[in-house]
Amino acid sequence: MSDQTHMPAGHDLAPGDEEQHSVGERVLGYVVGLGLALILTATSFFIAGTDLVWQPSIPVALIVLAIAQMGVHLVFFLHITTGPDNTNNVLALAFGLLVVFLVVGGTVWIMSHLNQNMPPMDDFIRMHS
Amino acid sequence: MSMTATAGRAHADPHHIGLVIEHPGPAPKRTVTAYGFWVFLLSDIVMFSCFFAAYAVLVNQTADGPKGSEIFEQRNVAIETVCLLLSSFTCGMASIAADVRNRFWFYLGMAVTCVLGLIFLAIEFREFADLVSRGYGPSRSAFLSAFFSLVGCHGLHVSAGVLWLLTMMAQVFAKGFRADVLRRMMCFALFWHALDIIWVGVFSVVYLLGGGA
Repeated sequence: MSDQTHMPAGHDLAPGDEEQHSVGERVLGYVVGLGLALILTATSFFIAGTDLVWQPSIPVALIVLAIAQMGVHLVFFLHITTGPDNTNNVLALAFGLLVVFLVVGGTVWIMSHLNQNMPPMDDFIRMHS
Repeated sequence: MSMTATAGRAHADPHHIGLVIEHPGPAPKRTVTAYGFWVFLLSDIVMFSCFFAAYAVLVNQTADGPKGSEIFEQRNVAIETVCLLLSSFTCGMASIAADVRNRFWFYLGMAVTCVLGLIFLAIEFREFADLVSRGYGPSRSAFLSAFFSLVGCHGLHVSAGVLWLLTMMAQVFAKGFRADVLRRMMCFALFWHALDIIWVGVFSVVYLLGGGA
């Protein structure tokens, strides 16, 4: 047995669980997450109601800020990391996101084309009445 | 292939091309439970994505009723957002306190989380009641139907979360920090943080994007 290469496969980490940290470090993680989330939220609300930035960029900026804040929540509150003990959690998350993007993206794409390919509803009603 | 068969082949594999993995057995129950709940949360998020998709399609179908910018109050949404964000933080503090078995900080963290959640629900309920009393209920237009189902579904989740929170406080009070109670507490923390993530999508897509247009 001595010439074998053993790979002690460590256990996976539960989603939401952190690796061994002291209480102080864990609290600090939440404080940092809260601070970042508050900054991103404040930026979102500021940008939505301001005239200081180029107006057409606002929707994109809001979506980017929202995705960034979701990332902050995932990392600092749900403790999803890229570590090997988190592989299962990340894979499940990736599949969930795939379905979310298929549902939302597919719906918006199809429905916008549906509207383009249909006569406007007002004309349609006038034609048949 | 069994372990012995793999070990027997080790001599035929002097360069250790086939690594022998020492199987540690099934994962601890805490990991299994939380992973199952994680998969449930992701399916819940997929369900919310359907409501988001419906909202995105119907947002302009106002049927001569009010547009989003005419009925949304940015100040209320900001207060709701801060409440939910702070409650996510205090929920994290409560779960740390539960891990180190500190009753005082656990009860304090959970109580603050509960109060913040109830403030959120009160503001949302008042907003809905106000809209309905002005005749802008969910039956007014397709836009309002989508709005009420998306935001209302999130509100229902928060209500269920508050009930769960109170149950967890009662269970810790009656049973102490037993392993099964701690597992439930972990699932509750995951649930509450996930609700906050969904709310980030709601306030960005519904209130801020819809309020400006």
